[in-house]
Amino acid sequence: MIVLQKYVFRRLIQTIPVLIGISIIVFILVKLQPGDPFSSMMDPNLSQEMKEKMLEQLGYNDPILIQYFKWLMQALQGNLGYSIQFKQPVLNVIGSRLGNTVILSICSMILSILIAIPCGVISATKQFTKTDYIVTVFAFIGLSIPSFFFGMILIKVFSVNLGWLPISGMVTTGVNLTGLSFVIDVAKHMLLPMIVLALMNTASLMRYTRSDMIEILKTDYIRTARSKGVRKRNVIYQHALKNELLTLITVVTMQIPSLLSGALLTETIFVWPGIGRLNYNAVISRDYPLIMGIVMMVAIISLFTNLLADILYAAVDKRIEFD
Amino acid sequence: MLKHVILARFLKNKLAAIGFCLLIIFVLAAIFAPFLSGYGRDTIDLMNIESQPSLRHLFGTDELGRDVFTRLLYGGRISLGIAVSATVLQLLIGVTLGCISGFYGGWIDNAIMRIVDTIMCFPFFVIAITVAALAGPSVWNVILIIGLLQWTGVARIVRAEILSIKQSEFIEAARAMGLNSFEIIINHLLPNTLSPVIVNATLAVAQGILMEAGLSFLGLGVKQPEPSWGNILSAAQSMRVLQYEWWLWIPAGVLVFLSVLSINFVGDGLRDALDPKMNV
Repeated sequence: MIVLQKYVFRRLIQTIPVLIGISIIVFILVKLQPGDPFSSMMDPNLSQEMKEKMLEQLGYNDPILIQYFKWLMQALQGNLGYSIQFKQPVLNVIGSRLGNTVILSICSMILSILIAIPCGVISATKQFTKTDYIVTVFAFIGLSIPSFFFGMILIKVFSVNLGWLPISGMVTTGVNLTGLSFVIDVAKHMLLPMIVLALMNTASLMRYTRSDMIEILKTDYIRTARSKGVRKRNVIYQHALKNELLTLITVVTMQIPSLLSGALLTETIFVWPGIGRLNYNAVISRDYPLIMGIVMMVAIISLFTNLLADILYAAVDKRIEFD
Repeated sequence: MLKHVILARFLKNKLAAIGFCLLIIFVLAAIFAPFLSGYGRDTIDLMNIESQPSLRHLFGTDELGRDVFTRLLYGGRISLGIAVSATVLQLLIGVTLGCISGFYGGWIDNAIMRIVDTIMCFPFFVIAITVAALAGPSVWNVILIIGLLQWTGVARIVRAEILSIKQSEFIEAARAMGLNSFEIIINHLLPNTLSPVIVNATLAVAQGILMEAGLSFLGLGVKQPEPSWGNILSAAQSMRVLQYEWWLWIPAGVLVFLSVLSINFVGDGLRDALDPKMNV
């Protein structure tokens, strides 16, 4: 236990320079943006006189290092500036969209777990058979198809040609649905983006489950259980999978940053009103304060999920204590 | 001798062999594009605008009357070229920093690894479109963006490999013989990191193709009239094209898919072929 605590402590200490690094990169991007980033930090409804006074206060004329610290102080207090497009504080704009991305990501994560783990386990237990071969080839296809191309094909087939599902958005516009019919409407809109977003993670999770399971099935305790006469199915689903699941939790946590990256393309083609779509729109309309706010927030989310994954991994893998 | 063993093992993996052949075809088609098509890259055929595939135009023509087949060939040059160049850039940065980090250790290692951690915190497309918005869309910017953001994986691998062989006896022997650090790294440590680096580089080319396609699809990568598979695909953003004009986007998507799939198969084959623990 002490070893684990020491490890967690060390990992937390390592987080500090990375946080500083993130803030430096975002600050550099802020400085590189055309126009003057400070004026976008203020309420756009202020008078010119007030603005100039505040510019002085915010450090417009200060040397670069002081500017960085003043900017950092503002950012730490949650002032990431005002969105040019929405005329609202960046944090509010992000907050209003974050929920939609979280819903989409969680659903697609569940979908990929439900597909990947059974397929990976079957593939591992039937190593080098036809089933294994097919699963492996499907995993490769999932890893190789561009997500937006896959999305476009799904839209063409299921929304345009067959007309089964809506083409884009999150709710049907023009109708005011409540209760269960609202949930069904959202679910219909979510189905395709969910599948597209799940695609890549499913493939990599499947590969991971397979190779991990193959390793586990070679261990002594599995052989012992088998020799005691426990049925093969029970060994796999009770003994092996239990150990497997703990590791898979950390893998799934590690996939969160790539989910955020994938959400950008997926949300953009399906016009899903989440952070990814917001990010793309902000880039297209050159809403720099909003872009920087999203970049910073996404980076911090990734940092903490990576931290969580590392700590989970250490906590789960008891062998670490004996090293 | 060893080379033969590796080659034999690689060819035994059928998927890897098929992938390798496909790749060769794609690369040759891109290189010899002017000989394979009778049309120029940007030649406009006003009599045939958005016309269906025919013998005249193998994959039809686009909204300006340009031959899609020709643009796919030239697009292959750009897409594959970007992916390979970005990978070379990643290797240059990643191998150098990974070596320094693993060999010297201490605060240098710590500093480099924290930089790696920092860059890894930015999900690719989120930071890439931001930088693309600031730098403007162009072939060189796409190469720089992919290269500068993706070297971290290589750096980590090289560092880990060097850490694991740094203490071995042959390195100690080299030191005792009076070789300096630079000679030890170049002549003795680097050659031993070669196999994982080769596998990683192969997969990086596949990632590069996907990233270029994504960025250009969003309009933040390669700009028209220069064709790339990604920006040809972006035609599908128009509802009319998506519904009625499959030849404007499906072939480009299939090319991206097939080339990435082939490279992934090759990478997998190489991983097995280069693994010293595998039985011959």
